[in-house]
Amino acid sequence: MKILVCVSNVPDTTTKISFSPDNTQFNTAGVQYIINPYDELALTKALELNEAAGGGTVTAIHVGLADAEPNLRKALAVGADDAVRIDMMPVDGFQVAAEIAAYAKDKGFDLILCGRESIDYNSGIVPGMLAEFLDWPEANVITSIGISGNTAKIERDIDGGRESMELQMPFVASCQKEITEPRIPNMRGIMMARTKPLLVLAPQGSEAPAKVASYALPPAKAGCKFLDVNEVEKLVELLHTEAKVI
Amino acid sequence: MSVLVFAENNSGQFKKAALEAVSYAAAIASTMQTNTIALVLGTMTDEVASQLGKYGAEKVIKLNDASLDVMEGHAYAKAIAAVATAEGSKVIVLANTYTGKAVAPRLAVKLSAGLAAGVVELPKMEGGFEVKRTVFSNKGFASLQLTSEVKVLSLTPNSYKLVESGAIATVENRSAAIEANDFKAKVLEVKKVTGKIPLTEAELVVSAGRGMKAAENWHLVEKLAGELGAATACSKPVSDMHWRPHDEHVGQTGITIKPNLYIAIGISGAIQHLAGVSGSKVIVAINTDKEAPFFKIADYGIVGDAFEVLPRLSAAVAKFKAAN
Repeated sequence: MKILVCVSNVPDTTTKISFSPDNTQFNTAGVQYIINPYDELALTKALELNEAAGGGTVTAIHVGLADAEPNLRKALAVGADDAVRIDMMPVDGFQVAAEIAAYAKDKGFDLILCGRESIDYNSGIVPGMLAEFLDWPEANVITSIGISGNTAKIERDIDGGRESMELQMPFVASCQKEITEPRIPNMRGIMMARTKPLLVLAPQGSEAPAKVASYALPPAKAGCKFLDVNEVEKLVELLHTEAKVI
Repeated sequence: MSVLVFAENNSGQFKKAALEAVSYAAAIASTMQTNTIALVLGTMTDEVASQLGKYGAEKVIKLNDASLDVMEGHAYAKAIAAVATAEGSKVIVLANTYTGKAVAPRLAVKLSAGLAAGVVELPKMEGGFEVKRTVFSNKGFASLQLTSEVKVLSLTPNSYKLVESGAIATVENRSAAIEANDFKAKVLEVKKVTGKIPLTEAELVVSAGRGMKAAENWHLVEKLAGELGAATACSKPVSDMHWRPHDEHVGQTGITIKPNLYIAIGISGAIQHLAGVSGSKVIVAINTDKEAPFFKIADYGIVGDAFEVLPRLSAAVAKFKAAN
């Protein structure tokens, strides 16, 4: 199969978040960037699907600036055959989806795999928008996938349960935890990644209907009220009368 | 002009997240001095549909088509977009549930609309349109400016208080503007967990971590959750060790929740875990280590052993429930 995997470049999960003094920019000083953990699952699953099918290619695509290239090289080291970077700083998910769709529409991909959301902006909107731009089926938050011929069977999380679905290729799917364990690059992979193709393309100039006007940190907590192990009844009372949550 | 709200239902009944979306849409419509129209997909009685009037809808449009009883993103988005266009809706509201997450992105593309996913407050509409949503997995907020003519907003569950009145909405049944081939994916089987409160919709959550020492000790956590009527959750190490299913894992790479009450037992409070739960209104931390980071964001804390505190707390809750 010919599979496209969308890769986002996100701050490491241990990052302490801060913003510029005027609250209009995310403060990137000292921040380590990683491949979005859900996208790592998508990449690993793509490789596994092709291994099971006995062949195929995996292309990793990223919409962003050159500082994301170390993570695209990492995707190549994990096993992607080639990588594409659309050279622009996207303003919202709509624009990211439009750019990826413009790239993918005439390339003959059988499948596009994404993470279920990025852990920085958490919108989870790129996979659905991409499917709509391409007029393809989509399955979001999938926890398993099996492909036979042109048909895929997936399982996905739904509100209060799980459902199984059948889709015809080509389609878009967004990966949830449980689908696989992320693959870590080995030395051979890292060596090979150095010479694999990383194509940089100019953007199509698609519009962004949304943009961040300002950021804010959550309000500080007033402080913790400590109670003794023997005061559980008092805790229940406080939750009722003071916090008013039970 | 109008504000359209897609009120999702589960086997003919509305979920709380859908009712919150209706109240939220009605507040926006009131500021815009226009009407609130609720849209229902799938089979439902007029009587149940008219109840959306209570939460602020003036009119309910019902596409009473059995093919829409099961959610399929493409068909749903097409049906909703057709109604939004016919009603001249400038703002479309959905709940940010798994259904909303599947439908809203497609809908936004169909309508060339900006989408703010996971909003937590009413928009500011003087001289523009700005709406607040969480970013960095609850470690921050972003005010998103939407510049498109049509705007789509998906509301995080438990973020907006229900506003109830005695009003009844008029119900209009219409046929859906969809065909069989709009169902691009075929749903084979739906397995709903019964007798358990879905974590994403729970108002009260009891969560535990490695401090519980082994999977077989979870009956103590379940006992407290049972007494409270709460959902159960866990930390990442616990789901990684398969003590609990992955769909109970809350945190940056699990699910993000904002219940009214989050009780954390034997969870130290790694930054990734705190990110997923810091939006909770009230946090209770129970931990043997008084330096545990969880106490820094908790409202109430008990320094103590889970095996000692849990049975006592369950008994105290049972006593309270019996008295109230």
